[in-house]
Amino acid sequence: MTTTAPTEAGAAFLTVNGTPVPLGDTTTPHTTTLDWLRDRGLTGSKEGCAEGECGACAVLVARPSGDGGTSTEWVAVNSCLVPVGALDGQEVVTAEGLGTPEQLHPVQRELADRGGSQCGYCTPGFVCAMAAEFYRAGRGERAGHAEEGTGEHAGPCGPNGFELHAVSGNLCRCTGYRPIRDAAYALGEPDESDPLAQRRRARPTPARHTRLLGDGAELVRPVDLAEALVLLAERPDALLLAGSTDVGVEVNLRGARPRLLVAVDRLSELRDLEVGDDEVRIGAGLTLTEVERGLAGRVPLLAQLFPQFASPLIRNGATLGGNLGTASPIGDAAPVLLALDAALVLASSEGERVVDLADYFTGYRESVRRPGELIREVRIPLPLAGTTAFHKVAKRRVDDISSVALAHALDVVDGTVTRARIGLGGVAPTPVRALRTESALVDRPWTRETVEEVAGVLAAEGTPLTDHRASAAYRSAMLGQSLLRLYAEQPRASKEQP
Amino acid sequence: MSRLSQRPDDAVVGRALRHESADLHVTGRALYTDDLHPRTKDVLHAWPVQAPHAHALVTDLRVAPALEVPGVVRVLTAQDVPGTNDGGIKGDEPLFPSEVCFHGQAVCWVLGETAEAARRGALAVEVDYDALPSTLTLAEAIAAESFQGAQPTVQRGDAPSALERAAHVFHGETEMAGQEHFYLETNAALARVEDDGRVFVESSTQHPTETQEIVAHVLGLQSHEVTVQCLRMGGGFGGKEMQPHAYAAVAALGARLTGRPVRLRLNRTHDLTMTGKRHGFHARWRVGFDDEGHLLALEATLTSDGGWSLDLSEPVLARALCHVDNAYWIPDVRLTGRVARTHKTSQTAFRGFGGPQGMLVIEDVLGRCAPLLGIEPHELRRRNFYVDGQTTPYGQVITQADRVRRAWDQVATDGDLDRRRAEVAEFNSTHEHARRAIAVTPVKFGISFNLTAFNQAGALVHVYKDGSVLVTHGGTEMGQGLHTKMLQVAATTLGVPLQLVRLAPTRTDKVPNTSATAASSGADLNGGAVKDACEQILDRLAQVAGERLQVPAAAVRVVDGVVVAEGTDETLSWAELVHTAYFARTQLFAAGYYRTEGLHWDSSVMQGSPFKYFAHGVAATEVEVDAFTGAHRTLRVDIVHDVGDSLSPLVDVGQIEGGFVQGAGWLTLEDLRWDTGDGAGRGRLATASASTYKLPSIADLPEVLNVTLLSRAHEEGAVYGSKAVGEPPLMLALSVREALRQACAAFGASGTSVDLPSPATPEAVFWALQEARTGARAQGHVDPGAGPTPALPDPDAPERRPESEVAVDDLAGA
Ligand SMILES: Cc1cc2nc3c(=O)[nH]c(=O)nc-3n(C[C@H](O)[C@H](O)[C@H](O)COP(=O)(O)OP(=O)(O)OC[C@H]3O[C@@H](n4cnc5c(N)ncnc54)[C@H](O)[C@@H]3O)c2cc1C
Ligand code: FES
Ligand code: FES
Repeated sequence: MTTTAPTEAGAAFLTVNGTPVPLGDTTTPHTTTLDWLRDRGLTGSKEGCAEGECGACAVLVARPSGDGGTSTEWVAVNSCLVPVGALDGQEVVTAEGLGTPEQLHPVQRELADRGGSQCGYCTPGFVCAMAAEFYRAGRGERAGHAEEGTGEHAGPCGPNGFELHAVSGNLCRCTGYRPIRDAAYALGEPDESDPLAQRRRARPTPARHTRLLGDGAELVRPVDLAEALVLLAERPDALLLAGSTDVGVEVNLRGARPRLLVAVDRLSELRDLEVGDDEVRIGAGLTLTEVERGLAGRVPLLAQLFPQFASPLIRNGATLGGNLGTASPIGDAAPVLLALDAALVLASSEGERVVDLADYFTGYRESVRRPGELIREVRIPLPLAGTTAFHKVAKRRVDDISSVALAHALDVVDGTVTRARIGLGGVAPTPVRALRTESALVDRPWTRETVEEVAGVLAAEGTPLTDHRASAAYRSAMLGQSLLRLYAEQPRASKEQP
Repeated sequence: MSRLSQRPDDAVVGRALRHESADLHVTGRALYTDDLHPRTKDVLHAWPVQAPHAHALVTDLRVAPALEVPGVVRVLTAQDVPGTNDGGIKGDEPLFPSEVCFHGQAVCWVLGETAEAARRGALAVEVDYDALPSTLTLAEAIAAESFQGAQPTVQRGDAPSALERAAHVFHGETEMAGQEHFYLETNAALARVEDDGRVFVESSTQHPTETQEIVAHVLGLQSHEVTVQCLRMGGGFGGKEMQPHAYAAVAALGARLTGRPVRLRLNRTHDLTMTGKRHGFHARWRVGFDDEGHLLALEATLTSDGGWSLDLSEPVLARALCHVDNAYWIPDVRLTGRVARTHKTSQTAFRGFGGPQGMLVIEDVLGRCAPLLGIEPHELRRRNFYVDGQTTPYGQVITQADRVRRAWDQVATDGDLDRRRAEVAEFNSTHEHARRAIAVTPVKFGISFNLTAFNQAGALVHVYKDGSVLVTHGGTEMGQGLHTKMLQVAATTLGVPLQLVRLAPTRTDKVPNTSATAASSGADLNGGAVKDACEQILDRLAQVAGERLQVPAAAVRVVDGVVVAEGTDETLSWAELVHTAYFARTQLFAAGYYRTEGLHWDSSVMQGSPFKYFAHGVAATEVEVDAFTGAHRTLRVDIVHDVGDSLSPLVDVGQIEGGFVQGAGWLTLEDLRWDTGDGAGRGRLATASASTYKLPSIADLPEVLNVTLLSRAHEEGAVYGSKAVGEPPLMLALSVREALRQACAAFGASGTSVDLPSPATPEAVFWALQEARTGARAQGHVDPGAGPTPALPDPDAPERRPESEVAVDDLAGA
């Protein structure tokens, strides 16, 4: 992405509902977009949780669409998580900007008419998340395929092509959701004259070089990777910022006030996606939504992961770099990427190195990544295993943190397991491979007997704990059950993936 | 038909209207309490200092370091309280405590120029604690006999002897978790001081009058010096019936001391860790059936987890005891209740107010005993339904038993249950790793506050000279559609088009001495009061119209804004009539009042007719359970529910669906966990955030959800023939829990009785189905025989004599 000249301090601004608004003197690097909007009287966006869980704060952001930067798409994100400084120069639309009581937006009209609001507190967020789906290019193409999910976890879809799970990151405590579903499924196509529909056809706003100071802290959006790496090298207190879906929670709930935030999510060097002959390369700064769309199912294990990862609002911000950057033991990408034998490209001002993900994690929230290094790219070797599955066990069906997560990638040739990779999350201080299970499977026939026996080995992997999400016993049981389930669902080896 | 319930033709009530604020909601223009501070100048922000102990003495509190923090203006402590240092109505909730009674309790509040400054100030306050031993779980409290308040018993006949005679006797225990309200809008208040020292508080409260009273007593003021306004709430569900008072009081105190507006808004973590929740309950019971499965006797002791103070625990317990019967006739009964005192948040009202917990006990009993009796659960339930003329264990006569039966039969027909049961059996026999089941459960829920005195309401209706109408009433709007219904009632009573009527926010200087908007009674009570006010105005206008049209006043009617009269073709427009009336010096405004007639209740013996009527409903729910994980899905739900003659069908259907999903959340997903270990974090709420406490999301919405309003359901005793709808539907979700139980049982041999924890999370379901599969029996299972006697009330427990009943008795004696 091209980046324009740096902003002068104080010249940062946000285009809100079509009008440029300076960020202002009291805005600090930690000011969330939500607080900033509300302080300016745009109180339609609400705070329900401040941690990306409820969607009451959802707003629309104009982003480059997946076509190489010639057109724009409207994406809904959690404004409670994103520092407003990270949106310098960007366009944001809120419920207030979509319509007025005299002239309701189609999404607003459907929700109001069908009883989609009771207390109304969740409503502006729903309006924005629904509007993003309303404007999604190609939505109409699936029209007519009512209720037919695109995959096991993709969720239902309306007769108008509306993917219901587009609003699965929005909580409503009042309505029970039925009228909201009806409203979503009743939406037509945007009008030709609809300004937001028209905006899609123009070029996206390029990211701006930003430097925002305040409250003793700094937020910088560098022009390119080189500048970012120099900053990282010079400032040991620098914290990378991508989608801010983790950092935002740290700031809001745990009082983190990082001294220097370096925004890397729009650096073109972190935004490549390429399916080559012998590997798939995924830029660590792409959002999960972008990765999902870009891969279009070519890595089935990842295609299974995405719909089970958080909510669309979060996936519109979250990156693989951010997910692996924290080295969290319960991150969902790690088990999948472990099963895929992925490697990471770590970049610093001194150059790049490639580290196998299996060697990356060193301890609870610790990794081999050195200060000054960032994850630039994730590499997945080809060909892919033929029998794969991602199993996430959590309390709630969607948008919940895993109690345990497992990714299986097996090659079964002539009825015998020839290679096995099993990645586990939630059962040890780091994401781990189920090494004992893997070796117990290899060279064994892919049969019920094998699976029932080896399930016991898998259940004994790791050192799961008891917490508010699940008991240790349940976590262990889920490991074993996962293998039984894999076999029940794929008793014969599937075709090898290209 | 009573005058109260009679409905004119073409009434505005009964129309399916959208929420009166819908356009404001969807465009982000609807204002809530915390949307006001960005529109107000010089606001200070309040932040709590929360104690890191479940139980401790505060031995020292040093605020000086906080005052060093840039932007910190003041720290509020006990010394600052000019009135009473108590945030509740029972005198057991110190606002600035010297003894900490739960982890996260606020010991003082910091005021800052920004929320960030106040937060940093709170971190800087130094507090010394002397930690004390704590009681956390119900089991610990029962073992330590840590109880508070009265221990009432509902009794009829002789349950012990009836149990001796019964053909089948079982005993068991039932435990259920509480529930966090998780209204999307957390508690918030904005207080400012008027020129003469009066205090004006914007508060997100279901009970503005009580908020006013608490603010007044904390500040040492009289009620007329405090005004509380509630614009609207972003959800309440009972969680803002008592809990907002203390926060409003802190904001008001800050405003009085600094002269500046003070905003206090709990963030989600504060709200989760400091405010009360639905009570968890434990029950020990024994039950007797005859050979046909008829209930003969039930003995049970229910112990609720009240948390650190009484709050509403006693009335919640009373309602729980009054709902153990649900829709079933149980000849001999003894039900005892106790409130445990634990070092947790003070548990409070939550949609259903103990009713759900009481009903869960009997549904659990029936669900667990049915397989042991060899009777299908739905058959066992139906066999035990009340018939008219029978009385509840607390002595109220049943008069609408047919409504449960009609709803039951309609659900069976509309839901095609016979065919679908066969399909379920087919599915179960062909799937190794999944089971389905359909369960049907009834709801009978008593409407009115158990406490008779609360069943009164006021309204103020203004007709302006141009004919427009402004309605104020004592009820608050929290999303339940009360204001929409009140507009419809006013338009119907006056006979004017809806567009002529507007509603003003609820405030204590418009309508005084209101009851909480709670107990589902908002529309009944305030509707009665609005109707009364409108009728007074209409009577006066009819005089004027009669003179103009030269007909008797009694012949005058207003229909859709046109004044017509029998005996003349001449008409008048509403505007003309109002205009004329003003110049004829007619009072065009009125205060309306309503009280529910025919209620009586004696708390000391737990007998009487506390309810005006019962609301009924039936739900049939089909679920599927995955054997690998215990994960479950609700495939289809059919509901028939009795809302009387609906005042506002879109609103009522919304309440039914929303209540059902919220109930399903309580029973299957929402999982409050406290740190009950002995480490440093003991007493900490482990699920103190939205990422750890999960609500149902749209992905949990049943694929098919059919809601039908019961027909021929006119209610004589309520405004325009309607019934209350706020709480009852929540309990329809018991059908989800029972369906899960049956699906787990279907993994085992026939006759398997499944013990299902509540909430039935995937993990809980997984263990239950494993147990059913292997035939293993865990501790706590229902067992044949009478077993241990459920605990009897402590004779030394305080008597339950609410002030209101004492006052009424005094009157009667005088
Ligand atoms: C509501 C909610 C639901 C969630 N659900 C899930 C879930 O289901 N599964 C799951 O796994 N996670 C989940 N998460 C966690 C989070 O979304 C992910 O970890 C996400 O991938 C983080 O990406 P980000 O770009 O937002 O990271 P940020 O928040 O921007 O950064 C996170 C961390 O990574 C570092 N970082 C960022 N980019 C890089 C880089 N390129 N190289 C090195 N370090 C970097 C940052 O410095 C920071 O320490 C959830 C979070 C929320 C708020
Ligand atoms: S406030 Fe809940 S997601 Fe942002
Ligand atoms: S309408 Fe109240 S939370 Fe959705």
